[in-house]
Amino acid sequence: MLNLTALLSGLVFGLGLILGGMTNPSKVIGFLDVAGLWDPSLALVMGGAIAVASVAFAVAGRRVRSLLGSPMQIPTKRDLDPRLIGGSLMFGAGWGLAGFCPGPSLVALAQGLMPALLFVVAMLVGMLGYELWTQFNNSNRGATPRPATGAH
Amino acid sequence: MTIDWQHFTPWSSLGGGLLIGLAASMLVLFNGRIAGISGIIGGLLKPQAGEIGWRFAFVLGMLLAPALYGLFAQLPTVEVAALHWQIVIAGLLVGVGTRFGAGCTSGHGVCGISRLSPRSIVATGCFMASGIVTVYLTHHVLSGS
Repeated sequence: MLNLTALLSGLVFGLGLILGGMTNPSKVIGFLDVAGLWDPSLALVMGGAIAVASVAFAVAGRRVRSLLGSPMQIPTKRDLDPRLIGGSLMFGAGWGLAGFCPGPSLVALAQGLMPALLFVVAMLVGMLGYELWTQFNNSNRGATPRPATGAH
Repeated sequence: MTIDWQHFTPWSSLGGGLLIGLAASMLVLFNGRIAGISGIIGGLLKPQAGEIGWRFAFVLGMLLAPALYGLFAQLPTVEVAALHWQIVIAGLLVGVGTRFGAGCTSGHGVCGISRLSPRSIVATGCFMASGIVTVYLTHHVLSGS
């Protein structure tokens, strides 16, 4: 059942990305190009998504278990560390360079677009590189592996 | 600042946003999980018991979306202006950056801001600013226009 709701959520998420225009990198770059001809559409994508999701998160925040009985796993970290800021700056640079972020790149890949395939492969290599780096660091320090920060 | 009225799509973008919000709501209310795409994919690369099924199902749903959308409407055009080497560098930056920063546009930008997480608000400010600077550099400074 949990897999079915996850599948439906992914499907609706993907439909939203397509309808919203997020899967088109030139539209994403039009949003980030505030010095040129600025296309504000993606602010409405984010605004619309936040308007709906904030209600759900207000409900979820008061629950210990989900409607299907699984534990609520909402991040609790509140500290601002260099990893959060440095990582986000890196992500933004990549987002601005190609116009893809993780979700839309997967949807564009499913449309059979070669540039999206190239992007997704490079992104997976980057994520695997991060995993190897983290494991190497943990084993070097002899520490127990830290749980993933934030768990987004 | 000049608004690009020709490409501005307020209604479809708002509609898309509402669907994304609905999807994030479903995942947190039914599964108790954050709809953060980079985190969901990242978890597939570090397999742990009980963490594979729902992540795989979510990604499968996303991959099926264009086929379903195509049954009812024409898929919007996808234009990629970046060169191949730029796409590879961009992918690496997004892969490493979202894992270090613990989230992307969905996990921080939508879910994090919705629950007023200070970390997510700062992260979203950082990746927006860095995206804007990158586009300014590539489209106005380095291109000479």
